[in-house]
Amino acid sequence: MASKVIHAIYNDDDILMNAVKAVRNEHYHIEEIYTPFPVHGLDKAMGLADTRIAITSFMYGLLGLAVSITMMNYIMITDWPQDIGGKPSFSYIENMPAFVPIMFEMTVFFAAHLMVITFYMRSKLWPFKKAENPDVRTTDDHFLMAIDPGQQDLERVSQFLSDTGAIEISLIDKDDDH
Amino acid sequence: MYTLPNKLKLFAIIFMVVGAIGMVSGFLTVPGTTAEVKEMLASHGDGHGDDHGEATHDEAKDSHGETKTAHEAGEEAHGSEEEHLEHVLHQMQNRPWSALYIAAFFFFMISLGALAFYAIQHASQAGWSPVLFRVMEGITAYLPVGSIIMLVLLLLSVFHINHIFHWMDPELVNPESEHYDKLIAGKSGWLNPTGFLIRAVIYLLGFNAYRYFSRKWTRLQDDATDTRWFKRNFKLSAGFLVFFIYIESMMSWDWIMSFDPHWFSTLFGWYVFASMFVSAITVIAMITIYLKSKGYLDFVNNSHIHDLAKFMFAFSIFWTYLWFSQFMLIWYANIPEEVTYFVTRIEDYKLPFFGMVAMNFIFPVLLLMNSDYKRMNWFVIMAGIVILAGHYIDVFNMVMPATVGSSWFIGLPELGSLFFFFGLFVWVVFTALTKAPLLASGSPFLKESKHFHY
Repeated sequence: MASKVIHAIYNDDDILMNAVKAVRNEHYHIEEIYTPFPVHGLDKAMGLADTRIAITSFMYGLLGLAVSITMMNYIMITDWPQDIGGKPSFSYIENMPAFVPIMFEMTVFFAAHLMVITFYMRSKLWPFKKAENPDVRTTDDHFLMAIDPGQQDLERVSQFLSDTGAIEISLIDKDDDH
Repeated sequence: MYTLPNKLKLFAIIFMVVGAIGMVSGFLTVPGTTAEVKEMLASHGDGHGDDHGEATHDEAKDSHGETKTAHEAGEEAHGSEEEHLEHVLHQMQNRPWSALYIAAFFFFMISLGALAFYAIQHASQAGWSPVLFRVMEGITAYLPVGSIIMLVLLLLSVFHINHIFHWMDPELVNPESEHYDKLIAGKSGWLNPTGFLIRAVIYLLGFNAYRYFSRKWTRLQDDATDTRWFKRNFKLSAGFLVFFIYIESMMSWDWIMSFDPHWFSTLFGWYVFASMFVSAITVIAMITIYLKSKGYLDFVNNSHIHDLAKFMFAFSIFWTYLWFSQFMLIWYANIPEEVTYFVTRIEDYKLPFFGMVAMNFIFPVLLLMNSDYKRMNWFVIMAGIVILAGHYIDVFNMVMPATVGSSWFIGLPELGSLFFFFGLFVWVVFTALTKAPLLASGSPFLKESKHFHY
């Protein structure tokens, strides 16, 4: 049997923020919140773990740096050494200043692109993906909080939510599709 | 209101006294004759002898002979021992003066950088920073003191009390003289002692005038009922920034780049600016953290510290960008008249030259990259100490190779001057902080600034 989920809709981000704090105080479980724009501080109020994307970005940057060094070493030193401006390419380290811009660019390139791709994969976003937002108004001017009522009394939870300023509360049978 | 603790006063005085002793003994131990130089070189033994060995010395002389004292310019033959000793003697005589000049300029540049940062906050009407205005104003309080010291040092050079500015020797621009230097003579339209002094006065008056009025108007704004002084300050700051960016560039040519009068770099002004700006922001962060740790500035939260640390991080990278841009183009083109600058530094100053890149780039980048570390006060202080030391060495590398060549060492005169000006800086800045409430309560952005949250 499909589990139930309560959708509470708010029309103001300040009210939403206060509602999130109140809901968490009551130890109800917030499954997800859908907002039309990023709400500052919402992740902290929801108690979400910090993003680790900065760490991946750093590692991708190191990867890019390593790739650029290997690449330049092969192209400019090993494979086809040339004498450019009286600086023959016989040693990577001696010609290093000329390679620094490329090392920098590749570091940035790898960090930026791979970080974006990681973000998309982690958020399960890809082309032709069917939208997950349960109510189209969350792309316009409404905020939706999805709460898992668990074994709680639904009446009580609904009453509590409307006290926090929700303008609309509905009980939905959860699809197990996504 | 902040009151100057006696401990801090004592701390500043101790630094000034110790520094003054170091400086004076630096001047007193300078050799007067070549015979003394000979004795000193001999007594230094093998370890130091390497630095002054004939081979390395001659190479260095080849590569940067033109940047040396008057007696050396134009000399082709450099075989005789007497000439070598004479040369080292002049380098040694320049050393305490250069050390003094570097330390004086370093602290002057910190207060000037803080002034530029302060002007940017006004001109951009930044919402996050008004809680830090009084700290910045406190740091800029050193500007008048630093300006007078710089002016006195420049006057001493112009009147030939010291010879750290090689181009000031009138022999070099006299076509009759055997020391006539065509390149310096060609630049004498700009590089002449009279113009040099007039420009110095204009620079310093401009900086100090802005500082005086801007500070006065923020004080008036504290008690004002409308935003009149705030608006005036905005206009003045925007105007000052235009003045500053031209004048700062010229100032760097005059006061730093002219130590190597044959050499030039078109981004030198920016390069000095980057050093100045990152040092100033570091000092702002350090003083803010210090005052906060003493229980003042309770309206400053860790997001403000975070932002300052971001600036430290970003401008460390900016400095490296300019340092490398200057280096790489000259390295790649390999034009003799340009490349001597780096040949001197890499041959004779290998450790400080590459050490400062580690201190000013690798260290802050790795230390301040993590977002959480930017909010940890002790982390910012540790990073700040390394950044400040790194930028002192940066100024050292800009000045010393041209004035003392291979006879450099970070010893008594250098540390003495550094300590003296550090003590003076602490004294002036913290005394200025006691003169006004630590919160610029009139700023229209005060509420936004207090609630600033990253």
